[in-house]
Formats: sequence, C-alpha cells, structure tokens
Amino acid sequence: MNLARGGIDMIRLALALLMLMILPARGEQVVAGLSQNRVSITATFVGSEILIFGAVKRDAPAPVGEPLEVVVVVEGPSHPVTVRRKAKRWGIWVNTDAVLVDSAPSFYAVATSNTLANSISEIDDLRHHISIPQAIRLVGEAQEGLNPRDFAEAVVRIRGDAGLYKVEENAVKLAQDTLFDTRILLPANLTEGEYRTRIYLTRGGYVASQYETIINVQKVGLERWIFNLAHERPLVYGILSLVIAIAAGWGASAAFRLILRT
Amino acid sequence: MQIYLPIAEVSVNAFLLLGLGGIVGILSGMFGVGGGFLMTPLLFFIGIPPAVAVATEANQIVASSFSGVLAHFKRKTVDLRMGLVLLVGGLIGAALGVQLFNYLKAMGQVDLLVKLSYVIFLGIIGGLMFLESLRAIMKTRGGAPVSTRRKHTWVHNLPFKMKFRTSGLYISVIPPIIVGVLVGILAAIMGVGGGFIMVPAMIYLLGMPTKVVVGTSLFQIIFVTAFTTLLHATTNFTVDMGLAVLLLIGGVIGAQIGARIGVKLKAEQLRILLAIMVLAVCGKLALDLLLMPSELYELGAGGH
Repeated sequence: MNLARGGIDMIRLALALLMLMILPARGEQVVAGLSQNRVSITATFVGSEILIFGAVKRDAPAPVGEPLEVVVVVEGPSHPVTVRRKAKRWGIWVNTDAVLVDSAPSFYAVATSNTLANSISEIDDLRHHISIPQAIRLVGEAQEGLNPRDFAEAVVRIRGDAGLYKVEENAVKLAQDTLFDTRILLPANLTEGEYRTRIYLTRGGYVASQYETIINVQKVGLERWIFNLAHERPLVYGILSLVIAIAAGWGASAAFRLILRT
Repeated sequence: MQIYLPIAEVSVNAFLLLGLGGIVGILSGMFGVGGGFLMTPLLFFIGIPPAVAVATEANQIVASSFSGVLAHFKRKTVDLRMGLVLLVGGLIGAALGVQLFNYLKAMGQVDLLVKLSYVIFLGIIGGLMFLESLRAIMKTRGGAPVSTRRKHTWVHNLPFKMKFRTSGLYISVIPPIIVGVLVGILAAIMGVGGGFIMVPAMIYLLGMPTKVVVGTSLFQIIFVTAFTTLLHATTNFTVDMGLAVLLLIGGVIGAQIGARIGVKLKAEQLRILLAIMVLAVCGKLALDLLLMPSELYELGAGGH
C-alpha cells in the first residue's frame, strides 16, 4: 500500500510539474481569501460561517469552449475511527463487529459551482481527493466475513447526519467567469485542529489551478483552560470540579433560602 | 442559550440543562432520593456521551449530598462508625467498578453495560416499589396496622463483630463491607449514589434504625462518589465541570421546591408515583436495547 501511495505521490509530483508548464500557457490562476483564518470555540460557540471568495487571474483572454467551474473543499483533521456494528444477541442489540477505519476527517465539506460530476472529472477527483469517499482511508485488513466498505459508508452516513460531512452542489456563486464566493457552515460540534481548505479551478472537469490555505480551529479562553487542565493535570481538575460543585450546590441552596425569606 | 461543553464536546441548551436539573431536583426533594438514577439516563436521552454522563453525575451527587449530610450531622443522625465501614467497602467497589468500566470501554461495550445495569436495577427497584406501595395502599384502606419486628438472621452469626453505638447494633463488619462494595461498583458504572440500594439493605439486612439510615448513607455516598469522580477524571477525562455546575444549580433549587411539595402528599401516593416514573425510564432504556436501532453502526475513537 505504501508503495502504491509512493507511486501516487510520484504521479502527483509529475502532474504538478506538468501543470507548472501548462499553467502559464493557459494563463488562469485562482486567487482566494477567507473571511477568517481562525475559528475560536468559546463557551457560547454555536458554529461559524466562513466566507470563501476569490477571483480568476488571467494573463490572456479567457479560453472559450470548456466551462469554468470552482470547487471548494474544507477538511478537518483526520483521525482513526473504530466503527462498530450492532447485531441481535440474546434478544438485545449489542455491538458485535468492529472495523478500524484508518483515517477519516472530523469534518468535510465540498462546495461546487455546478453539480459535483460536472465540476470535476472522475480522474481528477481521484487525483486530488475531492469527493467524500476519497477522504476516508481504509487500509487495514478486516475480520473475515466483514465488508469494510459498509463500515466506511457508515462513517459517511453518520457524520453526514450530524452535519459534519456535506456536499453542496451549485453553492459556489461564479460571476462572469471571474469572481466567485461561497459560504461554508462549520457546525457547533467541531473538533480542534487545522482545517485544510482547498480551492480548485477546473476547465471541463480538469483542474487548471489550485489554492490551499488553513483555517485554525481552537478552543479559547475558559474552554481552552478547562480542557487543558482536565487532560494535563487530571487530579487537580478532579479536585477542582468537586470543590466547585460543592460550592455551587451550597451557594444555590443558600441563595434560594435567602430569596424565600425575603 | 446554547453552551459548548468543553469535555463532552457537544453544544447544548443551558436552560435545558438547568430545567433537567430542576425537574430531577424536584423529584428528589419530593421523594427523598438522590436522583442520580433518573438524571444519568436523561442525560443519555439528550445526547451526552454515556461515559461523560456517568462521570459528571458522580461529581454532581457529591455536591448535592453535601448539604444533606450537614443537616443530618446537626441532628446527630449519622452513624459515623457504620459509615466508615461502609466507606471501606465503597472505595474498594468504586475502584473495581472503574476498572470494569474502562475495560469494557476499550471493548466498545460500555454503553451496553451502563444501559443494561440501568434496565435491570430500575426494573427491580421500580417493580418492588410499585408492588409494595400498592399493598400499603390496600392495607391502609383495610385498616390493618403494619407491624415491623427485628429478626435474628444469618447476618448476626458472622465473625469480626463490631459495636455500632449510634445504631445500637453489635454485628459483623462483613455484611456492611459487602453492601459498600456493591454500592461502590454501582456508583462507578451507573453514576448513581446508590442510596436506593443501600437504604433498603441497611434497614432489612443490617437492621439499622430508620432514623440514622439516610444520614449514614449520605455520608458514605459523598466519599464514594468523590472517589469515583477522581478516578473517572484521572483515567477517562470524562468529568465535565460546566455540565455538573449547570445541573447542580437547577437541582438544588428544584430539591427545595420538591421538599415543600412532598410534605403535602401522602407517602404511599408519592411512592407509587416514583415507582411509575422509574418503570417508565426503565422501559424506554429497555426498548432501546430490544428494538432494532435505526442506525446499526456506531463510531468510536480509533486506535486500540
């Protein structure tokens, strides 16, 4: 598998070189920006909407013929995920089979200016890892009799239902083949990390230019402090939560008694 | 107002949590129970991960029992010696329980363990309570007096006897330690204080006088749940401070209101109401296990 990856990397490198040679000739380049490069998770975080906008820079008049499309991909940090499946045992539903999905992003959103199929060709989808199934990596061998594809699909379905994986077709507004913009909604149940953001310019489904940047998602303030304390000094955190809870309980009952008396 | 819980990593409505705390608080004030066995399943229903619900609830129980035990100390209705013996068992039980919890968590079966324990215990307790209060209602209607007599059982023939002055008992320390261990295990895997098991065990098994039972069990519960909280906090990182405080504020206020309502209702009616509620929660959890879930797959943190 590593060998194959290496091979793909080689192909990618070759393609990148090829593109560098082609690009000046085609003369179309994407320049883009984000409304924010940093998302702070605070105690009252309810999600965040990121505006992604940009323009197509040209040295020569736009080529005619094949339509210009824009594809935007925002991808959260990837982690291994254990997917468990329930089955009926002794009359109740119990987790029985498990498959380790080697890597699945915690968040994945694709927005396109046309339908996904019209915006990117199958070959370039594979090459640039754009559609959702391309984001999930499954290499380990599964137990016998299990189809690991079912488990990978379950990841897509469950995270899709939670609003974490989404494909939004026709969501990128493209004006006069030059200016584009789209909004990506980051939901409240985000995990921390670097969110890789890619913007592709395609002609006839083939990538003509790409731009990549990072959105930093971080817990801040009190949330940051609590999370760090809980993980780095768990004993201190445990004692502190007991003290705070006892004080809050006592305080609330004292306050209530005071209110009743007056 | 949505609030992001830093440890549970979910965003929930703060007023929903205050309200839940309040409702469970009213019930616990009315019936004189801890309420942990109702709160933890309710937290599952609103989408808090079971591991976080159990650990956080243990934290909350410490706080809500604290003001209770102070009142009992003032009235001198705590058998400290018995409390300490129960506590020794409780600490052992909590350590065992957290071990079991972590072992099953690694196997992906912790939700099943927690839910199954709830179905079994709520089913038994709710059923017994329902039948008993039904019988009591029948009896009071018939007018026959309910007699209680202390019996001499096998409990009194065990070695390592000890004098418990406040309770007026001279019994072996083995049964209280065993009761303590069982309650400790329950505290660790179910996120409950265990009063609903301990109180009947103290009355019927150990033969303690009713007036010291509640204070003594509260005394034991505080230390066992505090220990459980620390164990969960250090091994699982699943105690959510914010969640605990919100539930607690609602809970304490609710308990005060509940205690005032409770005085106006008759004991049997109260008990039968509580029994019905316990059975309803039990039924809901049982259905979750029995009916085919709409999503058969479940995601867990990766790695082994």
